[in-house]
Amino acid sequence: MTDISYSSPKTIDEAVSAMVAAKGAGRILAGGTDLLVQLRAGFVKPGSIIVDIKKIAEMTSIEDKGGGSFRVGAAVTGMQLHDHATFGKAWPGVLEAVNLIGSKQIQGRASAGGNLCNASPAADSVPALVAAGAMVTVQGPKGRREVAVEKIPAGPGRMTLEPGEIVVGFTLPARPAGSSDAYLRLIPRTEMDIAVVGLGVSLTMKDGTCTAARVGLGAVAPTVLLVEAAAKALVGSKLDAAALEAAAAACRAVCKPIDDKRGTIVYRTKIAGVLLKRATAIAAARAAKN
Amino acid sequence: MSKQKYKWIGTRPDRPDGADKVTGRARFGADFNMPGQLIGKVLRSPHAHALIKSIDISAAEKLPGVKAVVTSKDFPEQPNLIVPTGEMQVNLRDITRNVMAREKALYESHPVAAVAATTDAIANAALALIKVEYEVLPHVIDVAEAMKDGAPLLHDHLITEGVKPVPTKPSNIAKRIDNVKGDTDAGFKLAEIVVERDYTTQPVHQGYIEPHACLASMAEDGQVQIWSTTQGHFQVRGFCSRLLNIETSQIRVTPTEIGGGFGGKTVVYLEPVAVMLSKKSGKPVKMVMSRDEVFRASGPAPGGTVHVKIGAKKDGTIVAAECTIALQAGAFPGSPVGPACWTSFACYDIPNIKVIGYDVVSNRPKVAAYRAPGAPISAWGVESTIDILAQELRMDPIDLRLKNAAAKGTKTSYGPVFDTIGFVETLEAAKKSEHYKSKPKPGMARGVAAGFWFNVGADSSAAAHVAEDGTVTIISGNPDIGGSRASLALMAAEELGVDYDKVRPVIADTSSIGFNFVTGGSRVTFATGLAVVNSVRDLIRECKVRAAKTWGVDPDGVIWENGCAKPAGSNVGEFEPLSLAQLAATAGKTGGPINGHNQLNAQGAGPGFGVHIVDLKVDRDTGIVEIGRYTALQDVGTAIHPSYVEGQMQGGAVQGIGWALNEEYIYSAKGKLDNAGFLDYRMPVASDLPMIETIIVEVANPHHPYGVRGVGEVPIVPPLATVGNAIARATGVRMTDLPMSPPRVSAALDAAAPRMAAE
Amino acid sequence: MAKLHVTTTINGEPTEFLCEPTQAVLDVLRDQLGLTGTKEGCGSGDCGACTIILDGSMVCSCLVLAAEAEGKKIDTIEGMAKGDQLHALQQKFIEFAALQCGICTPGFLVASRALLERNNNPTETEVRYWLAGNLCRCTGYDKIVRAVMEVAADMRGATR
Repeated sequence: MTDISYSSPKTIDEAVSAMVAAKGAGRILAGGTDLLVQLRAGFVKPGSIIVDIKKIAEMTSIEDKGGGSFRVGAAVTGMQLHDHATFGKAWPGVLEAVNLIGSKQIQGRASAGGNLCNASPAADSVPALVAAGAMVTVQGPKGRREVAVEKIPAGPGRMTLEPGEIVVGFTLPARPAGSSDAYLRLIPRTEMDIAVVGLGVSLTMKDGTCTAARVGLGAVAPTVLLVEAAAKALVGSKLDAAALEAAAAACRAVCKPIDDKRGTIVYRTKIAGVLLKRATAIAAARAAKN
Repeated sequence: MSKQKYKWIGTRPDRPDGADKVTGRARFGADFNMPGQLIGKVLRSPHAHALIKSIDISAAEKLPGVKAVVTSKDFPEQPNLIVPTGEMQVNLRDITRNVMAREKALYESHPVAAVAATTDAIANAALALIKVEYEVLPHVIDVAEAMKDGAPLLHDHLITEGVKPVPTKPSNIAKRIDNVKGDTDAGFKLAEIVVERDYTTQPVHQGYIEPHACLASMAEDGQVQIWSTTQGHFQVRGFCSRLLNIETSQIRVTPTEIGGGFGGKTVVYLEPVAVMLSKKSGKPVKMVMSRDEVFRASGPAPGGTVHVKIGAKKDGTIVAAECTIALQAGAFPGSPVGPACWTSFACYDIPNIKVIGYDVVSNRPKVAAYRAPGAPISAWGVESTIDILAQELRMDPIDLRLKNAAAKGTKTSYGPVFDTIGFVETLEAAKKSEHYKSKPKPGMARGVAAGFWFNVGADSSAAAHVAEDGTVTIISGNPDIGGSRASLALMAAEELGVDYDKVRPVIADTSSIGFNFVTGGSRVTFATGLAVVNSVRDLIRECKVRAAKTWGVDPDGVIWENGCAKPAGSNVGEFEPLSLAQLAATAGKTGGPINGHNQLNAQGAGPGFGVHIVDLKVDRDTGIVEIGRYTALQDVGTAIHPSYVEGQMQGGAVQGIGWALNEEYIYSAKGKLDNAGFLDYRMPVASDLPMIETIIVEVANPHHPYGVRGVGEVPIVPPLATVGNAIARATGVRMTDLPMSPPRVSAALDAAAPRMAAE
Repeated sequence: MAKLHVTTTINGEPTEFLCEPTQAVLDVLRDQLGLTGTKEGCGSGDCGACTIILDGSMVCSCLVLAAEAEGKKIDTIEGMAKGDQLHALQQKFIEFAALQCGICTPGFLVASRALLERNNNPTETEVRYWLAGNLCRCTGYDKIVRAVMEVAADMRGATR
């Protein structure tokens, strides 16, 4: 373990250079709530280089760009996001999703960037970011690019990033009035569990009709799913029972879950539908106040 | 409560170790260090069941920084001899193998070797250099599977005890026990209603937040010092003495503060290994388990099967009751199937009872005691069945229990006849409680269940010493796992007639006080309390002698009142009272230091009974159970320090709620534990629960000067069925398998939906 | 990699130490600095026994690299009492019997203090959710929650 080294670059360019130089042995350290667990369990290889990105201003800052649009640095902690004056009003679903990651102690460190890049199928923040239509800013040796958040995870523990690329931040889009979002997860206790199913809904309502919707569904497939069929069932409807059931059925249909220590295939599939209905109701109630 | 009768007993003063515990000053097992110490680490079997063909430690020994390596070769063979440990029995031949595997690895993470090195990192690197050749064998974990013909056998020598004719072939069934009272065949013929069900439970861990830890140092002359987080430092001494062939007095064990035990720290895992590593290296060796090791390799409570059959008259009188219990012992015999059987119907006065128990080995860590070992499991079956009976008879569940309640004179199925007990009083208190009299909130349903534990007495030694200024030290030898230090000081203060603040309780090491049985069995306030009271009485006797000498009168003419020696009457003489301070000041002239002591095997432990009430709601779509309101009632004899009595009731209830709802061991197909951490071994967190209301019932135990009954274990016995009964009443679906986790409740509700739609 | 030299502040005291790149703050506190009040219950951020305050944020010290302490302020349980005066929470925990074995107590005290410094009027639900990351196996949480609520009321100057 003495072969693992630590560095804390001051700029993104330095961080990218460090990751390139590490030739695949680089590990980004944001909040450390996944990395240190792996480190202490012996899963980080000798020769790894830990690159601490928290000294980089862009990684740790939040910018309100107006109209509901925000830029959030990859290493912004859940607690920072919670304490921000306006973020939670515009994106209560994304905020509650990020704030569900672990305990309050974990919230003092964990970030949406880390949550995304750990690439657990059950990550809490990702379904809400997918529903929100978040774009991820990625920087690598070839420069910067913007990627839809649902395109980042490739499978459990894997991302679609190129060698040397790191996630810099998220951009949440501006939205018209009458928009809001919600995230629900199912866990056996009330806290401290990994999601058995996680579902985020973002929608816009106008005169009681849903004019736009996106649904992100997590923990039921190797990656978080953007459920376009569920959104389709909601858009144009008054979120009546039939529309909700159709959207729920669409969620159940795309589930490809496993039986594991957290849930069964049967249970996860059923819950995907239950959460769709409940999260949609919450998002709609919030949207009505906007 | 007791406040009217006593000056100190029944009050709620600050505990003596409070300041240390809230500032971080208190030192637990992993907080002790010695200069020059090495770090010890254990190599553990990756296989659930395997022959150990060879172990090559040569590369590990050569690694710079490694100072000692041990295997079973370093531990002497042990005889086939059973010794008591806490509330369970263990066989020395088995325990040495549990501490360090010999012929076979019998569970994943079974220790096979250990190293001591200068750093953590080097110790871990050394483990990786040890080459073990295994021959993997088929394994078996589930108790029903392990009992079948053709199941993989753990021990070739294991012939089932308690069965006639004696079997000719070995099996995984170590023992069968039978308890019979009356004639259940005849009894069932008189029954007008019979309820019969099968139940299962999964293994659960005690869940103490502090992992096992110890520091051992053997000097060149063979004397050994050990610091250990343990519920029984005399136990640690005894095990190290026997397992390592070291004379008992050569070993001095100091108990550190202990971060939770619940029975799980009444055995040894690390200590004998640390001592051997220290012997071989010539240095102190510190060993601390990781959380992963605690789950994989320390003894949890067993899982098992319970079959219950109860027959009653239509008016609720139970005429016959049977149950068959099979419990996993883990890798070596010794599950708590005995107590599970004995407690199963102990709450009730039933004329005909038959209980059969099976102790079954399987490829899991050897089980250890967990708070009323075995009782929660049989109570899960019996109390659920009683609830079904109440439902079918349309009787109030408390009334049904009152109708059959055990009382003084009831003969149990396992032999003893009850003396004064408080089950009826507890049931009546439950019925009168504000909780029970109120209606459940909308959406909530209510469950009730009862529970019993014998509580034990056993050996204790105590001493009371007066300092030069008259303040008193009470010395005893039981690690304080729940506030017992405060209770001992309260009883001593009461007995002496001095302020609680003038009495300092100290927990002494094995060399500084006489033998004490473990802290467990809900015995400390009762048995050690008795020894403390007796040693204070001995002290008072001596004080009277000193006063008599001072006054030139007969000791019979001296009484003790409010902390002072006084003449018994004016006929003895007109003398001013002599306080402890005054007696101490002249002690050198009246005979020397003033001390009292006592040692006993305490008899007359008072059994405890509990009744719990829960209101909960079940989310029909998700199967999630939300606890709305919970009340725990219990007969505690006398609540010496009510805050800590309440604490025992609340803590045990919450452990039971966790056992009922979400706690279980999950195994992979290879017999490896899948959830060896707090993330997926799901214990209750603060947001899962409401306040836990407590109602203390006091029916004094006639065999203790202050009426004390043990309180610590009863509270974990009722909750499983309390919760299950409420779920049954909330949903119409009777759960019989634990835990009642959301996927299971959801599946049960979905399975019942067609039937219930039809009803 | 050679050991890293870290300069930090712990309980108001300037502190320096050498550490491996992979050591956590918890390891350094306990094994090098003699500050054993912070406990290791799991090493994976699931139990809260290692809770400290890092630059004003409540965190699990088992999941912070010691190297990250550079230039930061750390507050542990050892800094909670002032001289011989216990903090109100420490005193109330004793008075309310909000501890039995005491292993989780330092974590709960640090966490409770962090809560009350943010919000001196929490509801029972808020207290429970704030403390959900601190496991206690002895008390069932009842007396802990009562102690925290009572200190909050005292802080608000509420009369009873």
